[in-house]
Amino acid sequence: MNTYFIKRFVAMIITLWLIVTGTFFLMHWVPGSPFNEERTTNAAIQKNLESYYQLDKPLLVQYGNYLKALVQFDLGPSIKKSSQTVNDMLGRGFPVSFELGLYTLLLAIVSGITLGVFAALRHNGLIDYLAMSIAVLGISVPNFVMATLLIQQLAVNIPIFPVATWSSPMHMVLPILALATGPMAIIARLTRTSMLEVLTQDYIRTAKAKGLSPVKIVFKHALRNALLPVVTVLGSLAASILTGTFVIEKIFAIPGMGKYFVDSINNRDYPVIMGTTVFYSAILILMLFLVDLAYGILDPRIKLHKKEAK
Amino acid sequence: MELRKQDVRNISPDVPNDWFVPKQQNQQAGEAVVRPSLSYWKDSWHRLLKNKLAMAGLIFLIFLAIFAIFGPLLSPHSVETQRLTEQNLPPSGKYWFGTDDLGRDVFTRTAYGARISLFVGLMAAMIDFIIGVVYGGIAGYKGGRTDNLMMRFVEILYGLPYLLVVILVMVVIGPGLTTIILALSITGWVGMARIVRGQVLQIKNYEFVLASKTFGTSAARIIRKNLLPNTMGPIIVQMTLTIPSAIFAEAFLSFIGLGIQAPHASWGVMANDGLSTILSGYWWRLFFPTLFISLTMFAFNVLGDGLQDALDPKLRR
Repeated sequence: MNTYFIKRFVAMIITLWLIVTGTFFLMHWVPGSPFNEERTTNAAIQKNLESYYQLDKPLLVQYGNYLKALVQFDLGPSIKKSSQTVNDMLGRGFPVSFELGLYTLLLAIVSGITLGVFAALRHNGLIDYLAMSIAVLGISVPNFVMATLLIQQLAVNIPIFPVATWSSPMHMVLPILALATGPMAIIARLTRTSMLEVLTQDYIRTAKAKGLSPVKIVFKHALRNALLPVVTVLGSLAASILTGTFVIEKIFAIPGMGKYFVDSINNRDYPVIMGTTVFYSAILILMLFLVDLAYGILDPRIKLHKKEAK
Repeated sequence: MELRKQDVRNISPDVPNDWFVPKQQNQQAGEAVVRPSLSYWKDSWHRLLKNKLAMAGLIFLIFLAIFAIFGPLLSPHSVETQRLTEQNLPPSGKYWFGTDDLGRDVFTRTAYGARISLFVGLMAAMIDFIIGVVYGGIAGYKGGRTDNLMMRFVEILYGLPYLLVVILVMVVIGPGLTTIILALSITGWVGMARIVRGQVLQIKNYEFVLASKTFGTSAARIIRKNLLPNTMGPIIVQMTLTIPSAIFAEAFLSFIGLGIQAPHASWGVMANDGLSTILSGYWWRLFFPTLFISLTMFAFNVLGDGLQDALDPKLRR
């Protein structure tokens, strides 16, 4: 187990380093400096600015300095919002995005599994078709379309929920719903398929023959085994929720990290683009790692170190 | 099989030969084929035909292709002509899907958007196919160290957040159709490479591949003639599922302002424009592009699911 951990950890660091390096050189490859549009600055000020942001140094020195600062979790100052550092922005934006992402993930998992289980128990029945139609629609309708539909129906036509900002639980309903439909649909389909497979297993028949109650059979015997494939996709689902927060935060004007990211792209604010990319990637890579670990814990048949030794 | 005379004679000396009368077998009944022999592809096609949802998806996609090719020609209005006197008109006999804030015809723009979406989807799938099949095929066939090294690289790319990479590339190279396809392909081929490699690893140990090897067939020819045809099923499924994700990515990028730029029309751009005017009640500007995005993704997804079932040899009856 230990060698597996170390190997995975090293791979994680390498991936992260590649992302940092890639983003760094990509950013500096872009023609034009972020100061170009500020026509009022004279040459001396421009020079001072460039030296403040270290843009006058050779590229490799800048790269070295960036890596050094990064190890100390310092993502540098923002260029466009001169008084703020990237750390400040992430510090303010991340809790909001985290809240949005977490609630979305929870809603998607709970409702997805429920739909999937009911669909499997009523295989080819009305509930099955209904649940699967919802699921296919959920996969097909992009989250920004979902968001606009929800706004139109539940905020404009029938004004139940307020839109924009993130100030009260009522404000959170629509963004979370919009973001959760896609992942929910994927979880529902996966749960249904693996539930159907598990329900035909011998040990389920044994459990039925023993006279166990259906509730106990479903929750204790079937669901635990059926959920394994669902756990494997959680990592990539978290990734899609994370990127989904960009648009959702933009549409609903939620002051989260995604909004800073999209703004920084439009402003060409390189330190912010880099900082957020690195931060997002770190979270995603960590998620994938945790999912792998969870998988090993949930399924005792999977011995991670043995698989690696092959 | 028919017993021959001399076999009967050799049974035993104590047994008279005339005890045994060779049974006249009805040759034709034995050889008659109960059901017509079907090739893998024909069989799969029959199974796909039975899947109503997948067929509906396929039919919709055929219509979409026709709409994309001939739609702009059918409509009397051009994509970019602005008529400032005819802003935000609701759908009517003159403008089937209404007009937008610059008086442009939404029907023509939606058809034009279909062109872009389908083009992006198909190109992304093609590039993924070419790179993924070559890479995965070589890794799987060579095996050992080569495979290990090649797959290490794939794992690292696989760990990269897909849309983030795409966004970064778009920021650097600048928005546009070519950039979108390029950005989608940089990490998109990885999934295909993994699937092809897995399949090749499995199939390369079969006897018919060994037979080819003993005849001295070159590695490239074995991959092309023996291995790839047998992995076509999963490859096709992967391609049908790549297309909707590429279409989604294009719409997503255009929506956040990184994709297709005005005055070109793409569903993502139109949805973004439409969103800003939704409070004014111009619903058609948002409705048509988003309807088409959703229907297209839906059609590709159900077709992909149907193909997955149809092409799976385990489900063959």
